[in-house]
Amino acid sequence: MTKYNLPVGPQHPALKEPASFWFKVEGEVIVDVDIRLGYNHRGIEKACESRNYIQCLYLLERICGICSHAHTTAFAQGVEEILGLEIPARAKYIRVIIAELERIHSHLLWLGVAGHEIGFDTLFMYAWRDRETVLDILELISGNRVNYAMNTIGGVRRDIDQAKREQILGMLDPLAERVKFYTDLVTSEPTCLARLENVAPVPADKAVALGTVGPTARASGIKVDVRRDDPYAAYAEIPFEVITSERGDLLGRAIVRLGEIGESVKIIKYALQNLPEGPLTVKAPRKVAAGEAVSRVEAPRGEDIHYVRADGSDHPERVKVRAPTLANLFAVGESMKGAYVADIPIVIASIDPCFSCTDRMIELVQSRTGTSSVMTWEELREYGIRWYGHGHRS
Amino acid sequence: MSRVGRIFPELIRCLFSPPATVDFPKSEVPVPPDYRGKPVLIQEKCTGCGLCARDCPAAAIEMVEVGAKRPKPAFDYARCAFCAQCAESCRSDAIEITAEHHLAAYDKEGLRWVPRYEGTKEKPAES
Amino acid sequence: MDIVLDLVRILIFPGLLFAVLLSLFLEWLDRKIYARMQNRVGPPLRQPLWDLFKLLAKEDIVPERADPFMFTVLPVLTLAAAATAMLYIPIWGPESAYPFWGDLLVIIFLLTVPTMVLFLAGWFSANPFGAVGSFRTVIQFLSYEVPLLLAVLTPAVLAGSWSISDIVRFQQTHPWAMAAQLAALGVGLLALQGKLERVPFDAPEAETEIVAGPITEYTGRRLALFRLSTDVQMLVGAALFSNIFLAGVVGPWYLAILLFLAKIIFLVGVLAALRAMVARIRIEQMRAFSWKYLVPIAVAQMAVIVLIKVGVGV
Ligand code: SF4
Ligand code: SF4
Repeated sequence: MTKYNLPVGPQHPALKEPASFWFKVEGEVIVDVDIRLGYNHRGIEKACESRNYIQCLYLLERICGICSHAHTTAFAQGVEEILGLEIPARAKYIRVIIAELERIHSHLLWLGVAGHEIGFDTLFMYAWRDRETVLDILELISGNRVNYAMNTIGGVRRDIDQAKREQILGMLDPLAERVKFYTDLVTSEPTCLARLENVAPVPADKAVALGTVGPTARASGIKVDVRRDDPYAAYAEIPFEVITSERGDLLGRAIVRLGEIGESVKIIKYALQNLPEGPLTVKAPRKVAAGEAVSRVEAPRGEDIHYVRADGSDHPERVKVRAPTLANLFAVGESMKGAYVADIPIVIASIDPCFSCTDRMIELVQSRTGTSSVMTWEELREYGIRWYGHGHRS
Repeated sequence: MSRVGRIFPELIRCLFSPPATVDFPKSEVPVPPDYRGKPVLIQEKCTGCGLCARDCPAAAIEMVEVGAKRPKPAFDYARCAFCAQCAESCRSDAIEITAEHHLAAYDKEGLRWVPRYEGTKEKPAES
Repeated sequence: MDIVLDLVRILIFPGLLFAVLLSLFLEWLDRKIYARMQNRVGPPLRQPLWDLFKLLAKEDIVPERADPFMFTVLPVLTLAAAATAMLYIPIWGPESAYPFWGDLLVIIFLLTVPTMVLFLAGWFSANPFGAVGSFRTVIQFLSYEVPLLLAVLTPAVLAGSWSISDIVRFQQTHPWAMAAQLAALGVGLLALQGKLERVPFDAPEAETEIVAGPITEYTGRRLALFRLSTDVQMLVGAALFSNIFLAGVVGPWYLAILLFLAKIIFLVGVLAALRAMVARIRIEQMRAFSWKYLVPIAVAQMAVIVLIKVGVGV
């Protein structure tokens, strides 16, 4: 069998964001894979250090276009912990409602992308069409479809009144119907099964060893869910199931995600029907006394961790973000070995990767010598001038 | 368990029903009335305190001299992230969030809004 | 005078110009039906033509390490072969422009040319995606060609002739023949889907895996010719099937052409629905599917046809 290298990325139709995968391939079978990240480093953590806490919220919201609420929740919780604030019950419930709407939105988006990666464009179109319902609900509540901007330090910014509550409850049931249809479709369509069943499985022990989180871990039978393990917001008061699957393969991940949409619908309904009365915010000071906090949130893709250190001024001294994709990416690399070239897109997509959220640093590696180095901004600038000055590029 | 053509009835239904999208700009999907669109300054209420500019995460607000006692906010909608924080930070309710979202313009200047001149003297010519 | 008539036939009707225009229409139809089934708006009628013009006007790039001669010859060859096949297809009656005793075989042969060209195209473009695509093209070819041949032979055996005109006449006098070879039509359509590299058998040019497979490196007018060739192949396939499976056409030429159009539109509709309904399967799954299902069904169909032939004694 012929051996060759197959580059997927940084630019490739299967990737929605730049990342680089170098596959060593034998015929159609993958032997090894080398993953390179860092094409999306945006310096958000550093930028936070020069903004006040309020501004940071909106900046962190833009780490990810899809888990925008998860990131602000994690950050706001961290700051609230340093401040010793307890946010009102109503705010907690509203945070849960938005988080679960976001989860539905994210999982439906994933379903569409997964459909596209296996060449099932009809599923892609249908899933995204039905996702509009969730986006409409989010728009109704928050005034925007993607960056909801619902969180603020000390609570939430917008209320859900009675009229909106009724309207949302009416929109949820048809959505749940559709999700049932998709679950049925994905688990019965022979071509879907052919592409998902027993492809790139991650057994439970490996899932633990590789540190997977979120739906990726739950699809391998690991019952981890920050919402249950370390309840935040109102999750301790709301009954819900943690959906798991023993399969470990791509079908398992699809089943878990689709099942989670069903759970999310239940959570939202419960939260809307039991929405406590009361204020939306408690007053938070602009300056945060010195202290630090780690805050965890179950984003649609898994556990999202924020670390905040305050120094008494009105802007954070340090913010550190660990997005779930980083934890799941190793499982992709491992499970890919022995899979087919044709599985590359769907295996990458199966963890619902978000590379922009993940890229927190760039390591400078000399491609010829393989040595890595740390450069200051000044050095980097001079290096750039030297590089271009020497006519490497006209 | 496996069944071919589970999606077929839906295909036929869609084939004979109108598309899910609308033909913009001939028709459009309405936004809710409290949509977070363009922030607009109500100049009479503004005290020029500058709180909005301080909290704007996108640096879309610039305090400009209008000949009055204090500078007033000018908006750059090309930078604006439509977060509505300015309206929340303003203590005088001088910023209103409108549902306006048709903001396309031919150049960046078209996306800038500057408060009107409030001074008593003639407005100095722009340099 | 004969020369003039030949030229008209080859270049205008039913040759190149007609084939190109009709196949562009079919491409539109296919895309439109596909889009409408997905609840989208779909392209306007002129879109395929505009796409073609756009590609013709685009920059023409030959990769440094690719073979410039092959890069020039292959796209022309693929379109020429596909368009030539149109000459042997009856459109306005049971007879084609150049009917002879073995025209069915000629069409099948001409239809394999573009597949071979595709393989070479990927091979000579010095691109890993092209190479993978080339391999897949060949594997796929070896998988669908047998069932395709068996399916196409079925009506020929039933009618006892290699000539499309004879097959059409036979079916027009024995309409039950069409029902007797329905399974062959099904196998044929699936194999055709494989030949045209459409979902679920589009592994050779799977966009999300290997960009565009063999034609990854082709741009501008070369790419335009490849795309056009695929369209013409779809037209030839549908036109061939409308003749050998659906009894061709009868009546005065203008009615006949309308009937012809109706039949190919129906077939393209079926092909479009097929690709809207399923996901792409992997190349080795395609091979297994072909040998596990398509070939046995085609063989069984053939056996049934032989039995009928012996029993009825036609
Ligand atoms: S809406 Fe947000 S980004 Fe826009 S001007 Fe107001 S504070 Fe700035
Ligand atoms: S915060 Fe309100 S009052 Fe103060 S400058 Fe801005 S708009 Fe004017």
